[in-house]
Formats: sequence, structure tokens, C-alpha cells
Amino acid sequence: MRNPNEIVADALAAVQACPDLQMLEQVKAAYLGKSGQLTELLKSLGAMPADERKTAGARINEAKQAVEAVLKSRRDVLQQAELDRQLAAETLDVTLPGRGLAQGGLHPVSRTLSRIQALFRSIGFEVATGPEIETDFYNFTALNIPEDHPARAMHDTFYMQGGELLRTHTSPVQVRYMKTHQPPLRIIAPGRVYRCDSDVTHTPMFHQVEGLWVDESVSFADLKGVLADFMRNFFERDDLPVRFRPSFFPFTEPSAEMDIGCVMCGGEGCRVCSHTGWLEVLGCGMVHPNVFRHVEIDTERYIGFAFGLGVERLAMLRYGVDDLRLFFENDLRFLKKFN
Amino acid sequence: MQFPESWLRNLVNPALDTAQLAHIVTMAGLEVEAMTPAAPPFNNVVVAEILSAEKHPDADRLQICQVDVGESVPVTIVCGAPNAAAGLRVPCARPGAKLPGFEIKVAKVRGVESFGMLCSTKELGLEGAADGLMVLPADAPVGEDFRTWLNLDDTLITLKLTPNRADCLSMQGLAREVGAITGAEVRPPQVQEVAIQIQDTVPVQVAASEACPLYLGRVVRGIDAQAPTPRWMAERLERSGIRPLLAPVDITNYVLLELGQPMHAFALSRLNGGIEVRMARAGESLELLNGQTAELAPDMLVIADASGPVALAGIMGGQPTSVERFTVDVMLEAAFFAPAAIAGRARRLGLSTDSSHRFERGVDFGATRRAMERATELLLLICGGQAGPINETVATLPSRSPITLRLPRLKRVAGVELDAGQVAHGLAALGAAVEQQGDNLIVTPPSFRFDLAIEEDLIEEAVRLFGYDNIPAQPPAAPSRMLPQDETVLSDDSLRQMWVGLDYQEVITYSFVDPAWETALDANAQPMPLANPIASQLSVMRTTLWGGLIETLRHNLNRQQERVRIFELGRVYASLAEQPMKLGGLIYGDVQPEQWGAAARRVDFFDLKGDLERVLGCVPDARPGVHPALHPGQSAEIRVDGRAIGWIGALHPRLVQAFDLPSAPMLFELDSQVLARRALPRHASLSRFPLVRRDLAFVLDVQTPAGELLAALREGAPAQVRSIDVFDDYRGKGVAENQKSLAIRVVMQDTQRTLTDQEVEDAVQKLVETALNQCNASLRA
Repeated sequence: MRNPNEIVADALAAVQACPDLQMLEQVKAAYLGKSGQLTELLKSLGAMPADERKTAGARINEAKQAVEAVLKSRRDVLQQAELDRQLAAETLDVTLPGRGLAQGGLHPVSRTLSRIQALFRSIGFEVATGPEIETDFYNFTALNIPEDHPARAMHDTFYMQGGELLRTHTSPVQVRYMKTHQPPLRIIAPGRVYRCDSDVTHTPMFHQVEGLWVDESVSFADLKGVLADFMRNFFERDDLPVRFRPSFFPFTEPSAEMDIGCVMCGGEGCRVCSHTGWLEVLGCGMVHPNVFRHVEIDTERYIGFAFGLGVERLAMLRYGVDDLRLFFENDLRFLKKFN
Repeated sequence: MQFPESWLRNLVNPALDTAQLAHIVTMAGLEVEAMTPAAPPFNNVVVAEILSAEKHPDADRLQICQVDVGESVPVTIVCGAPNAAAGLRVPCARPGAKLPGFEIKVAKVRGVESFGMLCSTKELGLEGAADGLMVLPADAPVGEDFRTWLNLDDTLITLKLTPNRADCLSMQGLAREVGAITGAEVRPPQVQEVAIQIQDTVPVQVAASEACPLYLGRVVRGIDAQAPTPRWMAERLERSGIRPLLAPVDITNYVLLELGQPMHAFALSRLNGGIEVRMARAGESLELLNGQTAELAPDMLVIADASGPVALAGIMGGQPTSVERFTVDVMLEAAFFAPAAIAGRARRLGLSTDSSHRFERGVDFGATRRAMERATELLLLICGGQAGPINETVATLPSRSPITLRLPRLKRVAGVELDAGQVAHGLAALGAAVEQQGDNLIVTPPSFRFDLAIEEDLIEEAVRLFGYDNIPAQPPAAPSRMLPQDETVLSDDSLRQMWVGLDYQEVITYSFVDPAWETALDANAQPMPLANPIASQLSVMRTTLWGGLIETLRHNLNRQQERVRIFELGRVYASLAEQPMKLGGLIYGDVQPEQWGAAARRVDFFDLKGDLERVLGCVPDARPGVHPALHPGQSAEIRVDGRAIGWIGALHPRLVQAFDLPSAPMLFELDSQVLARRALPRHASLSRFPLVRRDLAFVLDVQTPAGELLAALREGAPAQVRSIDVFDDYRGKGVAENQKSLAIRVVMQDTQRTLTDQEVEDAVQKLVETALNQCNASLRA
């Protein structure tokens, strides 16, 4: 019988010399396979005397285990090397950009409108809409702006050849809504409005958001509270200074203009705020009783406040846009800045 | 309205500096729009007299002047101005003076020491001719500080007045307002009644007494119209933006500014007989002071004489009867014209005058006589002459009824309690008569307030005087109720976000468009035209979003943006009643942005249709159809629940050419309300039994749309068929010329048990029969 230790030594050498898994399997077969050297040795045990058989068997088994152990360890090494090779071959340049579509985006006016709506929704304002081609009644008369009132001159109105007009503000939605809904009411009405004016600071079409709150106990102090809260949240500036100045709108009384501290210069004075430190951002006031009368709301029982703000103006201030006309040129290079 | 601060301070002088005054006035609702110094800053300039001027020995254009600057000894000044001459009084900058842009020092000019500079208007930064020295009147006080003498340390204040505050369109009114806000004492202009020296009057007949309830006329004879307008008056006019012209005209303008009463002076000799105040008659016209000839309408009030209209009442006088340099006798007019009789007329004639601006808003009918006296007083003072009696014609003037202001109501509206005494005091300071009766203030507004008629008007005044900033800003208390949230309708925002997620950029285009786009996109379109468009290419209301989208594409192609994917959510306009919200989009260029990992491919119909399916959440019923703007072979009408909701397709090649595009964009436009509709999800139990898939290839006429075959198969499918879809469309080798092969995947499953082979075969057989019978489609061999 050949010395198992010698066979083991041979096997170790052969295993260590194996360059890949395939060779390793051949080496395994040569020693442990059906007619491998150690298998043959084991088969030869039968011919041995019983007393030798036991010790020889034990030695052969030890040798077998030794070879198996070294095979396993070599297999692990080779498998790892194989995996490493595969991984290396599959390595991507992960710095290359991903595949597929790009991302679109909302128009800055939509983005601003959506922000305004979200803020007002959070305190219970519903969104209402109305037509853009309007009648004289809803745009003016019902809002306490009679024919030939000087306030009409302030609204450069587009008229249709059929006599209708393009609404000059979103205020008609107030009237339409109050005609069909009973107080308490809390709405905002976003949308397009039109004025016959076009220059560096005016486009003939722009956007407003009208707000209306009608209830039994709504006051000027509440109006101030809601609008100050809105501006501070819109600009995310808890310390944003705000002020209210008396003004005149036929459909509210008392009426006010709201100013905020200039968000461009922090109130120091700059070109945007005409060096006043203040920016006029919206008009507001308590709903005029004549408006309530047009929609048959009891002026003794209910009080309301209303406001109207210019969306493009807020968008310009929020995003630092310095030219109003950019909003309607729809240059993709401009629009994509808001994605 | 513009005025000099010094004039206001002359009438009311609160202990506030200019900036503080501007702030307090702004916060009271009279917005200060601009503040401009009357002159740029300079100092050390005095009124001087040139005693002598001799030619400089070493320079042709220079003169050596001896100048009296009010000191004991004249100073020598070398001067280059061609008009420097002995006897002239001129501004003189002394050594050390700082002028706009430079400083004056003692300097040698060609060997002669010069102690200062004689100034032109330009050198002082003042308006006026810059040619040579600024020549001052002969009575200018030599030695006096130039700024003080000309009152140059003054500020021109411009107010942006709201239309309700007609009472502040005069210095007197402004002073009253400032007094009420600040508590400062108000000193209104003192007016003397003039002595009546002649008895002449012009007969006046007011036919339109509702439009003109009060008309005052007065004859003044023997004036010198060419008398110089005093400097103080000219200065106030100029600083209020009115150019001095001729003394009588300047005086009426001055009274307008001072008291707010527009006045007119007629040349008496040009009037033909008596005055009639009446509505204009059809066909009448009048040559106005500005040279314009106004065609008068029957709703325009005129002042007429026997020959016809001589003035457009409350707006502008007529040229033929206007006061000129040689006018000796005048008739002064001061009237109250009702706002409703004036409003809008000037605008219709393309005019806006100081007079119409005031009458439209309301002029104080309680002070008309005072204004007449004031104007007469000034006229006699400046131009001389003798005044006749005031000839007054009065009808029913506006009433000023007492208004009840309920203090609890005031508290309810303001949200804070205001002190009753202070409210009463404030309203009284504004000129109202106020009486407290328990919880009520009974307030009778003054004649100059046209904006105080109801309780809310008084509430506004009370809150305004209290100060808007003194009302606390409080978060309102309201019952917390949740807002309804309809789960079956997507919000506009969600809908927008779906397109954004598909790489579409939102655009907002004008609602009014070029009529040429409309007819190009649909020859039968009848868009609503604007009566007063801002430009011809923005003159009709759009009936489709496509015009704006295509224009946006063009705009961006011109800026080297080669891949354009845009959408717009907005209305189109058919009539007052029909202004539906549409969602439209356009794609153009490559499907994906240029990238290393995917081959470039141009967008086609199915790219857009796929996007639409993703947004709809299903494959909609799309039928081949013909739309005038779309390629007839690449367009479809989209239907949801059997209703047509819009179109999708490639722009018609004819329009690709007309819009000058390199290739065709894909377009869609759908009713956004339907697009936003979503079914409420409802769960049905899932089957635990295996799916069976059968693929069937049908050969059919190339003209038969796949949708027709699918619809037929789905319609006739047995219950266990879960889905039927196309997975290939093959034409070419192996299929006859006018035929195509559609590969159809049929998936079957039963919820209760495993389907038997026989059941599957029966189902397939049924589908095959349906295909043959309804679409003449046979199984491909």
C-alpha cells in the first residue's frame, strides 16, 4: 500500500498548482473520484488483515479529509478570484448620467399659485373659479362700480365686440360665489385677468388671487391677521414687516393697501422698492354693503373681508425675476430654472 | 397731484420733518408717490449785481467784473459768459460754495484773481435756458442768499390720491386733512370780499339745473391782462406743475389749486348775449383752448351764448372766448357741476383736465362763492379793474343728510374698540358736524365730502384716523371644518404634476391670439374678436391652445432649443357661456434628451399617445378622424365614456409649412375636466388559479384598425378571458400586399378553478370566429 501521506503530499502540491476551478475538479477526481488514488487505496483495504485494516482505514480517512480540506480552501480562493474577475468585468462607469427622460416643470406662475392655494387651504379657504369673459354687471356694477365712476378709468378694460368684457380682476368670482352659496364662506379665486396695458411693467394678461371670508364675526383685525400670516409664510420670513395703508376700492370699505418690507433689500431701499423700503403687494378691505346687497346677504348679520393679490408680482419677489414679460415669453431656458 | 411743501406748511405746519410728514400722510391714505427737491443742493450763492464788466487784457472771451455781493467792497470776478454786463443782477457763487458737481475757490484766471463765479441756471442745476448767466429781476435783493430768496429749500410732493378723496385736491383740503391727522392748527387762506364798483352782469339761464345746480358769474371790467403774475404765485403754480401763462388765467388756476374750485374767465367782449347752461345739441362742436375741436354729444353739458357753446362745462373753455393779452373785460365763472354730468365725458374726448378731474370726483358746492371772491380779489390786486356783483343761479344742491354711526358696529367691523370721544373729535376735525346720542354718533358730512353717505364710510374714516397700524393683526377664530376632498377628481395641480413627471414643461400663453393662427388651424373657426385689442396679433380669443403652443415652439426653436415638450392648462373661449378648460400639449424633436445610453429617435404619434395613456391611466378609445389642423393619417379623436373629449395627432404638413417649422410637432388638446376624472378604486378578490396565455396571429385588411378588431374580440370574449391586447403589427414578407398580421395576446383565468384545455380551446375558437365574422380576420397559417 502506498503511503497515504505521500499521496496527500502529492495532492496538496497538485491542488496548489491548480489555476482554475476546472483543473481543481480534475485534481479532486484524481484523488477522491471513483478511481482516484485515495479511493483505490480505500478499496484495497478489503485485502488487508483485519487488525491492520482498522488503522490503515483511519489513516486513509485522515488523508482523505486532509485532501478535501485543501480542495475546499483552494476552491474558495479560486471562486473568489473568479467572482472578482466577473465583478471587474462588469464594472460600470457610474459617473455617467442615467438614462431616460428629463424632468418637466411647472410654470413659475403656476408654482406660485399652487403655493398661495396651499397656504390658504391650510386655514380652510376653498378654491372657486369663474369665467374670464365677463359681463359688465359682474365685473363692475355688482362690485359697486357704476357706469362712469372714475374707478372704471383705472381699469383699462378689454371689451369684446359683442359687448362682453375680459374681467379686469378676479373680484367677479366673489359675486358669483356669493350668489350661489350661503355664508359662512371662505374662498380664494385664482385666475387670469386682463388689462389693456402693455409696457415694461405691464402685460395685457396676468394673474390674480381673490380672497373672501364672510362670517358673523369677521373684522378688520382678522383681515390684517390673515394677510400678515400669509405674507410671512409665503416668503418664509417670520420677521417680515407689514403695514396697511388706507386706500380706495369701490367694493370694500374700509379699504387698504398692504405693503411688506422690501424682500430684496431688507428695507434698506433699492431699485425694486423705489428706495422706500416698502413694496405694495395687495389691496384689501371689508366687503362693501352694496356688494352684499347685490347678492342678498344680510349686511347686519354678516361681515366680510376680501383681498386681491397679483401673482406675477409675488413670483417676481419670491424668485428674483426682474422682468415681468419673461413670464409670457415661455422661453424654455427661463422656465426650466423653476424645475 | 403735485404741490410744494412750503405752500402746505403755510396753511398747516405740524412739528414733523419732510420725511415724517410724508410718512404720516401716506399712512392716512394719501399716498406720497414722489418727493423731489425744488433745487439740487448747493450753498454759498448770493444775489449779486455786476457793477462793471471790462474785457480781460489777455483773453478775448473773458470779462473782468466788479460785483456787488452785498458787502462793503465789491469783489472781482472773471466771467466767460457772453451776457455779463454792468447793471445785471445774477446769482454769484462765493469762494467755498459747493455747486452740483464742483466747488468754487479763489483762482487766478489768465493772471487775474477771481473771487467766485457768476452762475447760469445750468451751473446751479436749475431748469431754464443755459445760455449765459441767469438774469434775475432788477428788484432782486443784492446780497441775499439765493436759495432763501427763491425759496429753493422746498420739496415738491406728489400725491397719488384715490378717486374718493376729491376734497384733498386742493391745498386748503390737504391742509384740513393734515390738521385732522396731526392735530396741528390749520390756517385756511383768508379771503376778502371785494367792493362792488360797477353794476354790470351777464344774464345767466341754467336750463340743465340738475347738471348745474349752482352757477356764479361776475363781470370785471378794465383789467390789464398783461400785468405780470407775482413771483410767489408763479412759483406756486410752477411747483404744482402748472406753467404760468397770463395773469387772469394764472389766477383761476391758482384758485383751483388753492381752494379746489375750477374757474373760468371769459373775454366779455367775445360773448354774444347772455349765458345759457344747457346740454349740447346734436351736431354742435366747439374749438377748445387746446386747439382741439370737440364734436359734442347730447349728454355733454355746455356753457353757451347766443351763438352756441363757448365752453365745455367743467372740462375746458372754448378758444374763441378765451382771455388774451389785450382782454380788458372778463366774466369770471365759478360753478358746481354734478359729478354724474361730467364723469367720463372728458375721457371720451381724449381729454383729462385739472377741472374735469375735480368735477368728476366732486367739488365743494359750499365754497363756490368764496372761490369767486378769492379770484376777484386776486384779479383786482394783480390786474386792476372794477368788479360787478356776483350773479348767482342756484337750484337743488346735493344734500348732506345725517348718518348714524353705531359705536358697537364700529367695534365689530374694526375688531377693536375705538374711543367714542376720539372718533367724534376726529370726524369733527374733518369738517363733519358730530353729535353723540348714547351708543350712536350722528354725523352730518361737510359739503366737500362726496364719499361720506353711509355708516361704512364713517367707519372707514374712524379707523383711518385711528390708524390702520394701530388695529391689531389677529389670527381669526373660526370653527374648524374640514374641506371636502373629491377623490374621483384630480386637482389641476395633480394633473399638471403628471405631465411634469412625463418631462413636459408647463407654459402659459395669451388668451388672445392672432386671428391668422385661428383660421390656419381651423378655417371654420369663429373666434370672439376684441373691440379694443392691444395689437392685431392679439385681437381674438383663442378657440384652441394650439396656436400658443406652436408659437412657443417657434420661439424656442429660434433660440436653439431643439427638443420641446410643453403643455398648457387653460381656457378656450367660444362665448360668455362657454369657456371650457382645456389641457393641450405639444412634443417636438427627440424623444429623450441627447444621451450616451440611448439612441436618438424623433417623437412620433405613439410617443404622445403613450403619454396620454399614462395620464389617463388607460388606453382611451381613439378613433381615426379628420381634423383640419392634423395629418389626416396620423390623428385621432379621443373618446371617454363614448363622449369625444379632444384630439391628438401630428400637425398637418400644410401647417408645418405655413408655420415655417422644420418638421411636424405632435399635438393634443383635451377637455381637462374629463382628463381629471378618476374612478374610485374597488377591490375584487384575486384568483388563486393559474393564468393561461394564448397568442393568436390574425391576418386582416390593412385598413381595418387594430382597435376595431380588439373591440370586437373583447365584446365577444367568454367570461374567463381577462385581457386581450395587441403585441405586434406586422406587414411585409409572408403577408399579402394589402393585409397585415396582428399578434394578439389572450389571457384567461377563472376565479373558481383551473381552466381545462377544452375550455381554453373553446374560448379561442369563439374568438377566432368573432374575428372572422366581424373583421374578416383569419388566423395566420
